[in-house]
Amino acid sequence: MRQSKAGRIPGSFHASIGQEAAIVGACLALSDKDAMTGTHRSHGHPIGKGAHLDALMAELMGKEGGICKGRGGSMHLADKSVGIISESAIVGGGLPLAIGCAFSAKIRDIDQVTLCFFGDGAVNQGTFHESLNMASLWKLPVIFLCENNGYAISTSVAQSHGQPDIALRAGGYGMPGVTVDGQDVVAVFGAAAEAVRRARAGEGPTLIVANTYRFDEHNFGLVIPGQPYRPVEEVEAYKRDRDPIKLYRTHLLAEGLSEQQLADIEAEVTAAIKQAVQFALESPMPKPETLSDYMFNSPLVGHNSFAAGLERN
Amino acid sequence: MENLKQKTEPATGASVQMTYLDALMQAQFEEMERDERVFLMGEDISVYGGDKLVERFGKNRVWNMPISEGSFTGLGIGAAINGSRPIVDLSIASFVYLASDQIINQAAKLRYMTGGQIDIPIVFRCCMFSVGSKAAQHADRPYPFFMNVPGLKIISPTSPADIKGLMKSAVRDGNPVLVFEDTRLWPLKGDVPTDPDFLVPIGKADIKREGTDVTLIAIAGAIRPTMEAVNALSAEGISVEVIDPRTLKPLDHQTFKKSVAKTGRLLIVENAHQVCNVGSEISAVMAEEAFDLLKKPILRVCAPDIHVPFSPALEKDFFPSKNDIIAAVRRLL
Repeated sequence: MRQSKAGRIPGSFHASIGQEAAIVGACLALSDKDAMTGTHRSHGHPIGKGAHLDALMAELMGKEGGICKGRGGSMHLADKSVGIISESAIVGGGLPLAIGCAFSAKIRDIDQVTLCFFGDGAVNQGTFHESLNMASLWKLPVIFLCENNGYAISTSVAQSHGQPDIALRAGGYGMPGVTVDGQDVVAVFGAAAEAVRRARAGEGPTLIVANTYRFDEHNFGLVIPGQPYRPVEEVEAYKRDRDPIKLYRTHLLAEGLSEQQLADIEAEVTAAIKQAVQFALESPMPKPETLSDYMFNSPLVGHNSFAAGLERN
Repeated sequence: MENLKQKTEPATGASVQMTYLDALMQAQFEEMERDERVFLMGEDISVYGGDKLVERFGKNRVWNMPISEGSFTGLGIGAAINGSRPIVDLSIASFVYLASDQIINQAAKLRYMTGGQIDIPIVFRCCMFSVGSKAAQHADRPYPFFMNVPGLKIISPTSPADIKGLMKSAVRDGNPVLVFEDTRLWPLKGDVPTDPDFLVPIGKADIKREGTDVTLIAIAGAIRPTMEAVNALSAEGISVEVIDPRTLKPLDHQTFKKSVAKTGRLLIVENAHQVCNVGSEISAVMAEEAFDLLKKPILRVCAPDIHVPFSPALEKDFFPSKNDIIAAVRRLL
């Protein structure tokens, strides 16, 4: 966020702060060969799935060293090397891709589970309905992980869902629907691990609804005028009492870890982030002449000559 | 254009007579035989011509889809990202609108947006049933919409050999390819090479008839009235060069320019509506890059900016006819 304030991160920036437990708890249940799809808010998700911080930070800054070579940006932090096949900024756009990934694994008899992240807003897209139906029909090895942060930008679940208990929708497609405390990383991990077990055993998909909370505005710097769509006290209460990192810290101390051990971990994380920022700042911007790179798996020579005087083909 | 080295048309070799539709089915059959990652998916797929494929390859390679065009198209894209090579049959071309979000926002963009990390080897089949009182919701020819999307390749061949060779190139291409088949071409017969590696390159037009007076570019099903018109004109001594682009994206402008350099006159005939269609694009490029070669303004004959009507009385003269094309050629002389 400091880098964004300093003008080093172009475009919109949708922080997932407050939703860390839902993300990490689910990703930890996967193995490296498993796949994942994310959303416009999937900043923490690639980290949870094992992507390298340096290339992620460089991508946020639109640099050549970015994981997507500066072509995707903060809403599209895919890293195929760790199984992240895409992050879709079209709400609900990743659900069909996730079932397709799982479908491909199933018909080729490959042991691979696909974890599909989406939010409460995506539940009202047609792709949710169609994808859950097909996943259930063919018992695909996929996990639908709804990060229910209560608000699709400013529209609350109560204002937009005929059935606000999202997990209940699973019954309509013939699959289990589970609601978990999305601020509790252990609870999320437990639900995800059971869903992974089901998927690997050929028992089909699971819908997990992790009730969580977005600590920041929809995107960084956004100011929505008028009456607040969520009470200031609600935001403050979540930050104070329901911060998933603080909650897990308390949990670990109760388990017997020392303050010093936790401080060491935190120092390690801070150093890794500093290093990533440094890498990103030092990475060059993509060169203008590389504009058409990555369009096709082999270039279409001459196709992009549109200026007067230039010849095609 | 790309991969020309690997994609060559054999000048000789054995061939057999078959219809356009049989050639298309044979292309799918051969590619499924060649590469076990290729599978076919679509609505009622085993009913409409897929029965032989099920018999040969089993149900794990031929998938019947629920009526969920948007998401089953996305399913195909996700499968392609994960290493499969799907052929998504969208049945009737108008249904591609339901699937267009996934085709445009995901299939076309993800390779670029991931900095080349993922390939999306997928083919979308869109069958254009334009006539026969289908009425407007089943009669569309939606290829112009997709030409405005970077990252897609679009083919629309008109002969049995071309559909076979281009369909096989599409399956092997490794990028998203849309196939627009005009169903009026399905029953047409022609010689089709039997070589299972016969390929027609994407991005290369074909001169279907050589001529000297007028260059006529005919798109998809418009080739039928075009050939009737050109035969009639030939009897009067008017020589028309007929070019089938075969690929609508990328367009083979070089072949068009070479022909216009010879004739100085250009007519484009197609069944899409007139605003922003293939003819619009070809006209713009020719005006930019071949203006000095033209002796007369470019003409287009196409469907009006009106929906395809239901009643046979209204539909009869809706699409470009032999007489419309003859009249347009005469205007250019």
